Amino acid sequence: MAAHPANPTWRARMKWLMNNPLSKLLEYSFAHGVHPQEHKAGTMALSMQRMPFSSRYLVPVNQHLGAPSKPVVKVGDPVLRGQVIAEPGAFISTCLHSPVTGRVHAIDNRRYPGGMFSLSITIESDPYDTQRIPEHPRDWRHLTADQFVAEIQQAGIVGLGGAAFPSHVKYSIPEGQHIDHLLVNGAECEPYLTSDHRLMVERPDALLKGIEILLHNLGAKSATIGVETNKPDAIATLREHIGSDSQRIRVVPLRVKYPQGAEKMLIKSIFKQEVPAGGLPRDLGIIVNNVGSVVAIADWFERSMPLIERVVTVAGDGVAKPANLIVPVGTPLREVLRFCEGMQSDISQIVMGGPMMGTSVVSLDVPVLKGTSGILAFRKLQRTDSREYPCIRCGRCLEACPYFLNPSRLARLAKARLFAEMQSYSVGDCVECGSCTYSCPSGIPIVQLIRLAKSQLRQSGDTRE
Amino acid sequence: MNNILVAPAIMTGLGVLFSVILAVAYRLLRVEEDPRVEETETLLPGSNCGACGEPGCHAFAEKLVQGSLKPSQCTVATSETIDAVAELLDVDPGAQERRIARLRCAGGKAQAYQIAEYLGFENCRAAAVVSGGGKGCAWGCLGLGDCRVACDFHAIEMNSNGLPAVSPERCTACGDCVEACPRNLFQLVPVSQRLFVQCSTPLRSDAALALCRVACDACGRCASDAAPGLIRMVENLPLIDYSAGGPARPDATYRCPTGAIQWLEGAQFNDPVGPNKQHQSHYAHSH
Repeated sequence: MAAHPANPTWRARMKWLMNNPLSKLLEYSFAHGVHPQEHKAGTMALSMQRMPFSSRYLVPVNQHLGAPSKPVVKVGDPVLRGQVIAEPGAFISTCLHSPVTGRVHAIDNRRYPGGMFSLSITIESDPYDTQRIPEHPRDWRHLTADQFVAEIQQAGIVGLGGAAFPSHVKYSIPEGQHIDHLLVNGAECEPYLTSDHRLMVERPDALLKGIEILLHNLGAKSATIGVETNKPDAIATLREHIGSDSQRIRVVPLRVKYPQGAEKMLIKSIFKQEVPAGGLPRDLGIIVNNVGSVVAIADWFERSMPLIERVVTVAGDGVAKPANLIVPVGTPLREVLRFCEGMQSDISQIVMGGPMMGTSVVSLDVPVLKGTSGILAFRKLQRTDSREYPCIRCGRCLEACPYFLNPSRLARLAKARLFAEMQSYSVGDCVECGSCTYSCPSGIPIVQLIRLAKSQLRQSGDTRE
Repeated sequence: MNNILVAPAIMTGLGVLFSVILAVAYRLLRVEEDPRVEETETLLPGSNCGACGEPGCHAFAEKLVQGSLKPSQCTVATSETIDAVAELLDVDPGAQERRIARLRCAGGKAQAYQIAEYLGFENCRAAAVVSGGGKGCAWGCLGLGDCRVACDFHAIEMNSNGLPAVSPERCTACGDCVEACPRNLFQLVPVSQRLFVQCSTPLRSDAALALCRVACDACGRCASDAAPGLIRMVENLPLIDYSAGGPARPDATYRCPTGAIQWLEGAQFNDPVGPNKQHQSHYAHSH
């Protein structure tokens, strides 16, 4: 019953207060960071859509962090959708599964989004197959810790936020440590991307199921889902589905700010605690997981569906039909862009991932990876003036850096090739979020310089990372 | 007693005390060094380049005096210098084949296909960490001149084709360029070894040729044309093993369809038009 506007009830007054001036105070956030334009309006209301199967898939064996997987199929072998085609090469590595029923066409070096080449398994899909695979629930209530870790590795689940770090490594808790909280990352702070947003709105049940599985197997007491306030429908949907369980699982509104979704920032915003330099969230008893990874866990235990597809936002001014697509991992970029009519002739840049941390791709033959959260095609270069001007010492990068580093000093040291000295300025703590480069009025490629230094330090082997 | 004299008296006393301590320490704690080490060091080039494997010229001189190294292991010194050192220490100068840095890539701007425009920081390693620059080949020379900056002897110039031309006269085989190259393309080879593969791609046939006109497509003709055992195909590239096989002759290069294997005479990428001046000023600006 709506109250008359001239005579609002107390409830309506409180609601107005909560939604307007007070809501800002209730948001969780961290110091520093930047506010890039969101550009999410074009895709945030579009339902997830399944992309039709393409004729060929490319699965690179090193699409996750850690050791590359070892192929276990031979050229010419028939494969089923969801069948294991590569096994983990080490503990920090994971299984790869065929995204489609078909035949192994080739196992050779192919280009992958980093611009480099990697051993890849090419699979030709069988056009007459229904691509349906048997679904059966798996037991998750009676697993030992080791069995649970093995299950996650078997499912090929990696962090779907972009870094593609194998999830099972996070879940193998060393002796003596205890996990109290599960933090589910639904911040999605990168501009343009709406894939996590749609997942939260459309599959809240799967998300909550995944949380339940994780809470049970990690022995954690409570879970927190952090969602930026630019996704009010996601917050409302999740709260509605959590219902009476809100003691155990809560949804926390986060201020719209970049990089809110960075693991360490999320912990700082919500728990007001800092992960020590060189440490991991689990040192604080917290495990952080992306929304997509949690849903993938639910899919594995409920339907035996390994990580063979993910939600990808296709957007940017070069795409005629922006979409949130469910794309099988390994789909060539060309096919995705063709489906979204993003193959205009005047496209000048295609980015995989978000615009802040994603990488420009140099070829359309590269496949969608497990860590690809978005595909953005731009007509004109986003940075119009690519020239670099001298540092004017305005200090904007210092105000932007969420880790309180001194990016301008780091950039200057990198230019002077004083890489060893950069370590005393904690270059190893930089997560390359790009806030400094974004805020630099002189167009200095600070993050690239820092990455250059890290690469050099890794090579000379004296990094403290 | 006049107060003003106390301070100078104390200071003088301290000065005398410390000078006595220093004088005693000089006598008692003295490290005897062979005078020949210093003499040898003055003869050496003094570039401290580290090519001999020692941390610097002084350490090299110490090792020479000890007799654990041979004078010719200094790759920078001229033959006269080496003879002078050998004479001073009365040792065998040793025979060391002169080596030179050669690039395992011939895919310059005119040969390797460019598939994207690189707008980032002008530095090879920086380009290598973001999508590998604009060249389609993920193994080839990035052409942004990290080796040129790293070379202490000014032996490397970027030619107009975007490839580093190593001056055979100036190169001392110190190995700085080997370390600087993010693609690990430089190899230190004896000057007399003329048969050289100018490509590093592990791809074969059409996949390799799709990247570069002078790529090795792993056809294996050089291996079959050369003296038995000289060339083996390893990971789709010819591996030349001078110790294993017969004499190297230019014959091996005759049937190469792309020119990836070359019989080099002198410098590797001599630039017919001379170093690109515009390029040079650009690098001078950015470093």
